[in-house]
Amino acid sequence: MSRVDGYGRIDRSRTVTVTVDGTAYTGHPGDTVASVLLAHGARPQNSSVKYGRPRGIGAAWTEDPVGLVQVEEPFPEPMLLAATVEATDGLVVRGVAGQGRLAEVPDTARYDRKHTHCDVLVVGAGPAGLVAARAAARAGRSVVLVDDRSAAGGTLTGTETIDGRPSLEFVADTVAELAALGVVHLQRTTAFGHYDDGFVLALERRGESARTRQRVHRIRAGRVVVAAGAIERPIAFEDNDRPGVVLAASARDLLHRHGVLAGREVVVFTSDDAAYAAAADLADAGASVRVLDARERAPQAGRRRCEERGVPVETGTLVHGTRGEDRVTAAVVGPDRREVPCDLLLVSGGWNPAAHLASHVGGSLVYDPVIGAFRPAELPPGVTVVGAANGTFALADVLREAGGPEAPVAPAQEWPEPTLVLWRTPGDPARQFVDIARDATVADVERAVGAGMSHPEHVKRYTTIGTAHDQGKTSGIIALGIIAELTGRPIQEVGTTTARPPYTPVAFAALAGRERGDLFDPVRTTALHAWHVAAGAEFEDVGQWQRARHYPRAGEDMTAAVLRECAAVRTSVGIMDASTLGKIDVRGPDAPVLLDRLYTNLMSSLKVGRVRYGVMCGNDGMVFDDGTVLRLAEDRYLVTTTTGNAAAVLDRMEEWLQTEWPDLRVRLTSVTEQWSIAAVAGPRSRDVIGAVFPGVDVSAEAFGFTTWQDTSLDGVPVRLARISFSGELAFEVTVSSPYAPALWERLVEAGAPYGITPYGTETMHVLRAEKGYPIIGQDTDGTVSPHDLGMAWAVSTKKDDFVGKRSYARAENRNPLRKQLVSLLPTDGATKLPEGSQIVAHCDDGRLPPAPVPMLGHVTSSYHSAALARPFALALVKGGRERLGEVVHVPVGDELVAARIGESVLVDPEGARRDG
Amino acid sequence: MADEMADRTLTPTHPLADRRRLLAAVADETAGAVRLELEAPVAAVDLRLDPRGTGPAAIAADLGAELPSEPDTWTAHPTGTALRLGPDEWLLTSTAARPEDWEFHLDEVAVAHGGMAVDVSAQRTSLRVRGAARELLSFGCALDLRPAAFPRGRCAQTLLGQSGVLLAAGLDGDVDDLQILVRPSFAAYVADLLVDAAAELVPQPA
Repeated sequence: MSRVDGYGRIDRSRTVTVTVDGTAYTGHPGDTVASVLLAHGARPQNSSVKYGRPRGIGAAWTEDPVGLVQVEEPFPEPMLLAATVEATDGLVVRGVAGQGRLAEVPDTARYDRKHTHCDVLVVGAGPAGLVAARAAARAGRSVVLVDDRSAAGGTLTGTETIDGRPSLEFVADTVAELAALGVVHLQRTTAFGHYDDGFVLALERRGESARTRQRVHRIRAGRVVVAAGAIERPIAFEDNDRPGVVLAASARDLLHRHGVLAGREVVVFTSDDAAYAAAADLADAGASVRVLDARERAPQAGRRRCEERGVPVETGTLVHGTRGEDRVTAAVVGPDRREVPCDLLLVSGGWNPAAHLASHVGGSLVYDPVIGAFRPAELPPGVTVVGAANGTFALADVLREAGGPEAPVAPAQEWPEPTLVLWRTPGDPARQFVDIARDATVADVERAVGAGMSHPEHVKRYTTIGTAHDQGKTSGIIALGIIAELTGRPIQEVGTTTARPPYTPVAFAALAGRERGDLFDPVRTTALHAWHVAAGAEFEDVGQWQRARHYPRAGEDMTAAVLRECAAVRTSVGIMDASTLGKIDVRGPDAPVLLDRLYTNLMSSLKVGRVRYGVMCGNDGMVFDDGTVLRLAEDRYLVTTTTGNAAAVLDRMEEWLQTEWPDLRVRLTSVTEQWSIAAVAGPRSRDVIGAVFPGVDVSAEAFGFTTWQDTSLDGVPVRLARISFSGELAFEVTVSSPYAPALWERLVEAGAPYGITPYGTETMHVLRAEKGYPIIGQDTDGTVSPHDLGMAWAVSTKKDDFVGKRSYARAENRNPLRKQLVSLLPTDGATKLPEGSQIVAHCDDGRLPPAPVPMLGHVTSSYHSAALARPFALALVKGGRERLGEVVHVPVGDELVAARIGESVLVDPEGARRDG
Repeated sequence: MADEMADRTLTPTHPLADRRRLLAAVADETAGAVRLELEAPVAAVDLRLDPRGTGPAAIAADLGAELPSEPDTWTAHPTGTALRLGPDEWLLTSTAARPEDWEFHLDEVAVAHGGMAVDVSAQRTSLRVRGAARELLSFGCALDLRPAAFPRGRCAQTLLGQSGVLLAAGLDGDVDDLQILVRPSFAAYVADLLVDAAAELVPQPA
């Protein structure tokens, strides 16, 4: 055990047991998996991704490039850092051999997102963030403070003094004051993305006992203060990937946070002053420590503290490599490569500001040779960076910078010694690891530069440096330094790669939040949905709508149910919920002008009380949508659209109206959900409508095709319209939606003597296909004109202009070889052609010629027909109207199915049935 | 049979009838932190008028109250509310009028001033959230709903989860509450989303 009494902010009165690689280890609340393992002198059984070399724990937080574990219990999560996974009872993890694995079981935990608004967001609750938050809160700002560790305080260990008191007392008091001032203070919350205008995403890890495991906070702040601290920089040397090589400040953090001494025999290799604190603290905790300082002069204060503790300090000394098998046993020191025995080799090459969040929003970085790192320079408005993230490392300076006039004070650092910027020591480049996570060495950077790459973005992609879970938090700057060395340029000319979100990995489940399962996408239902469910309907998704597809009876599959429903409509009467059709109220003196310009056919000539089918095209003349147009008054129309296009049609109409023809006195209102529609279709529909609305003369003479009438039922207004999408006598019954269920029941009751049959969208599709009515988006794909559909009759030749008109003059639109809508009847009378099948010319020998085989077209719709007692299809075929009667082949699997091209209308081409 | 049918009246169905109990249970489950209530249908018309013309004054005279002139605000009139949806668009509601009569009447007034009114009574259904309404909606709505930013009298067309909604703040006055107006087809989704999010307001055992 390497647990040291008197250290750490863990709860030693309680124990937790975690299982790592099959071995149970005890730890305490406040531990991480890494601290538990190090307390037991163990490491995860990791190996590296390319070379399979052993990997240990390299750092105490998110910058660790190596300490990856696979969590197995409570829920499998791949490749988390042992240093960031809190030790909880029952946790089961194992080391990662290169790559983790995703869970194969559903995640039962909850994830969500929450929107938060504030005046000031402070990222980081170290000394800089705490005083920045305090200053803002005292000034009356609404403040959100987020910090990724489990408790506030940042790198403060308790050994420092702030305002003359132990630093952790200052932290506790400040946290209490923030709470009293109403600051929203979230620990275990990582700000991982920063976007324009103060928008920051932060992931809160709420833990297994919380109702919601993780929450993404979407924070919109007037001002963002980045106080995210700094990340210690390693120095590359031979075999610096060996377990037991750890960042110096991380060892100190493990001691003060978790009471863990990560080694007994410690060598500290540094080119910076901060590592002396680690050396002194580890010596105080009982380790045997030796400092090797790359600089010619050791800092006076640091040297004195070491001398007081009997810690030898050698200056001008470099570590060249390590010895050991699966952990370090000695440091290889100096050009004579003498071996200094150790079980822990701490490294510190200085500090890099963690300014990632400033870079996310375009903040620029500038190289500062004094600290040997890039620090924030130009910042977008509303963004400030303070403390170590700004390259200000001494506590006294940090507090002054972040705290303003009321800043607390800390003793100034005594006689600091400048940092020596050192990317690597002399040695074999093939054994000097730059990105330990990616097994990428100095030799790999040499190869990249040798291949002609000089920009870090190119070197990054060539070597994969900086692309692992840690996104190069420690390796990025080393890579830049080595590129500079190899290309003989100053590092400021080499530049940097761009930091992009996320700062640390974020699970997809957290990003999905509660948008999964039933809430993945809104399910839109009609007023009649409950009736369809009770009637046993199978549903299909049409856009976001759920529509009844068919109503199978016991023992029926879809084919049987649809054939039965089709037969009922053709022989007696059926009823369908058509409420999902888009409906737009078009109103104003210029309404006829607008519709004349938007539809291909003439709408101004439509008489009040009548209905007209209309086609809407794009500028390219291709069909965009279709539907019916009812003229309600001289200045008022009700337009219907296809279900899936309702919003798009309204948008398009508004766009034309607002941007091109603002002079037109027309206003558009969506009334899609205002009105529900029951389509009653079949030869007995007149009987049903007549029974429910005895006051209406439903005879063919009094109530003609494509007319509408208003009536009422028990005082509730109802509109009846003779519109047919099946070719049969049919009525559409429209009522204000809350009354739709009651009205529907009346219709079903009145239809009972005729065996009224509810039918779904699949049946509707078959019925319309038998009549050759296209479904926009199924039989068309944005390249099909009304003429291609055989609907030249719907394209006005009288109008001066309408959207799409000019396109019809283009040569290509007059090409007789354009694909045209035709029917296709398999000559065997039995095969149902798969939709999407390609159509080729008839192959006389019954075999497909060698590829490429010219395609004539494709099958757009295909069904079994009750009326025809055979399968049939609609297809788009090149020059189809010229090929009527021709037999073509349709490859289906290994077979060639012969099919005859015919007119698109197969049932009742004379239209004799529409009047009953 | 015809006589028998004539005796009956057509009964309306609330779009969220099947969610009523689920919504009501939230009050108990959150220990009263938040309550979700279905609201009775009201008459509603979409009113389009030139805001600089004579129409707003004519409608105000008819309603007995001024139309709201600030963007994203609502005002009360003797039988309901008027919400400003856009520069030339208002949603008027009334608990007293019959939808078809009200449309006819207001349209008559509006047409005389180059405007129009369309019955949209069934275009939206309404949920009232009382108690920790702003907290609850923060789980699905990106708007700043803090009382200072969205005080009583404000309204906004926005997204709640993935559904378009019209929010109005504090219609009741003394109790903090938000009204959510939503298309009936999306109402079940919104209800389920709110009930799911309300679990976050359930007091947790320490």
